[in-house]
Amino acid sequence: MSATANIPTNSNQFSGEQLSGERLLELYRTMVLSRYLDERVWLLNRQGKAAIAASAQGHEATQVACIEATDPSKDHYLIYYRQFAAMIALGTEPEEMLRGFLAKESDPMSAARQFPLHGAHPRVDLFNFSNVIATQLPQAAGVALADKLKGSDAVTIVYFGDGASSQGDTHEAMNFAGVHKLPVIFFCENNRYAISVPIEKQMGVESVASRAVGYGFPGVQVDGTDVNAVHEVTKAAVERARAGDGPTLIEASVERLLPHTTDDDHTRYRSAEDIAQMSERDPLLILSALLKRRDLLTDTEDEEIHSAAKKRVNVATDTVDAEPYPGTETMFDHVIEGSGNGGNS
Amino acid sequence: MAERTVIEAVRATMHAEMRRDDSIIVLGEDVGSRGGVFLATDGLIDEFGESRVIDTPLAESSICGVALGAAVNGMRPIAEIQFADFVWPAINQLVGEASKVRYGTNGVKTAPMTVRVPYGGGVRGGLYHSQSIEVLFAHTPGLSVVAPATPYDAKGLLASAIRSEDPVIVLEHKRTYRLVKGDVPDEDYTIPIGKAEIKRPGTDLTIFTYGLMLHYALQAAEMAAESGIDVEVLDLRTLRPLDADGIAESASRTGKALIVQEDTPAVSISSEVAAIIGERCFFDLDGPITRLGPPELPPMPFSPLQEAAFMPSPEKILAAITKLAEI
Repeated sequence: MSATANIPTNSNQFSGEQLSGERLLELYRTMVLSRYLDERVWLLNRQGKAAIAASAQGHEATQVACIEATDPSKDHYLIYYRQFAAMIALGTEPEEMLRGFLAKESDPMSAARQFPLHGAHPRVDLFNFSNVIATQLPQAAGVALADKLKGSDAVTIVYFGDGASSQGDTHEAMNFAGVHKLPVIFFCENNRYAISVPIEKQMGVESVASRAVGYGFPGVQVDGTDVNAVHEVTKAAVERARAGDGPTLIEASVERLLPHTTDDDHTRYRSAEDIAQMSERDPLLILSALLKRRDLLTDTEDEEIHSAAKKRVNVATDTVDAEPYPGTETMFDHVIEGSGNGGNS
Repeated sequence: MAERTVIEAVRATMHAEMRRDDSIIVLGEDVGSRGGVFLATDGLIDEFGESRVIDTPLAESSICGVALGAAVNGMRPIAEIQFADFVWPAINQLVGEASKVRYGTNGVKTAPMTVRVPYGGGVRGGLYHSQSIEVLFAHTPGLSVVAPATPYDAKGLLASAIRSEDPVIVLEHKRTYRLVKGDVPDEDYTIPIGKAEIKRPGTDLTIFTYGLMLHYALQAAEMAAESGIDVEVLDLRTLRPLDADGIAESASRTGKALIVQEDTPAVSISSEVAAIIGERCFFDLDGPITRLGPPELPPMPFSPLQEAAFMPSPEKILAAITKLAEI
């Protein structure tokens, strides 16, 4: 187990439960599909078809392993913009995500009013209202508060990056959740950069997780490239939340393999050596190697998984590329109740 | 029917609404055992308990952010901001977030939340307990903003806000809380958001106003009547959406418009009302659209003489009425 729990706590932060070979393979398939979709939207950006894209490349293992430990049939997910793999793991189809990137009328999240992956999904309870960093954390505390009042055992998982950890809303949300022992998991995907600002210029402590002690709940650091470790810590946090024992802060260390977005150039602020070393922490390569070591995957099967993902993304791209943009007649809809169709908003 | 103060009407309305609907919760600073610094929530915790009446940490952004999250997950939160002057840390969660939930999700999510905001001056509140903060909210598509000035309107508009499927900012003028009394029916009723009301009919000119200034305007209208000037007073009641039809009807009928507000005039509610009248009533007017407000200073000095000089008053309004009526 490569995860480390360096924050003293009374709770069991690692469930000890290992993922089966079958589930590991399924997570791997999701990660590969996410990677192809991710690469595709960057290509679509360079073709002038996708106005903007962020990337999950390097974050995939963390995202799929976390979702694996939750229950999408009842839990709530407040995602942020870098979560291709999480969304696929939650059941979002590649077509649905491409509809957002290509700003098509059929975009299920916001009908292309918002940036890609923003809005709310009609089938799964995942939402992402804003581009303002960390606003989702107090909202997650509110979602969890509502579940507590309703007597539901649903858990709320809110995702954010290391950049968001500096915001006041992050402090306010964790403080509120700690006071009320809310069933919420604060899940930080720490890729060590807030666009260009490195972690040592963001915080005076060693880890985001170390702050949890200030809110009265456990904080745990985990290697975000290790699906078993991420699954274990998330499972323990989910069990803790469902049992009414309150929040957990999880900090998963990951690499951001690409620049911040399609509008960024990380060679301006990362050294060539740093960029070259990142690929050693590519979670796809790490999980592929693990599966092969454990005789769960052959080279041929791996190629088939890649080939199937590529084909899936090709089909989705062709489908969505042909779809229309929303016309101007719907832009007045859904401002407040009763607005739309030219109504007074 | 009972005579109540504004604060009593606010309190009784929350009691009644919370009895009617289990999904309503109240959260804010000191709203529990203290009953709120103005006693608006007095007694709620005794009847509904700590789970539905939540004393929050002193952190306005999370008060509104938590309310928003609870609202999208089946609750109907009423958040209290202790003083309007302290709402700025929560602007991001209200103007930035709550206003765009329905639009930004194409209707998949909604945020049925109410934010009660005691505002306004004339209470020796100085720079940070006197502010009028309505403009930023009233500028924001996706929010509704109401500013009831009487106990009757406070009940009806607060009930409408709580029952709305979208975020509503309820501005309660602190000076009206105990100063203003009026009859309030015990039975359930609501007042539609977006409807102004003529509080005093008249023929010579119309004062357009809201909040505490409504009462000063009514006093000034009585004084003007002694000089034979028949003043109509229109209470805007809702600041977003403004009742443009009601505003235009009155301005066209009397032909003279005086807009009175406590907020500083530049880029304000009075600017918008003036624009509506200018656009819709130009050929019906027989005098310049006139605005009366405080000077363009940070609201408002603590010192009593300077505070009085800052605030509009019935006497200042009467002077503006007389000047406009003579044209």
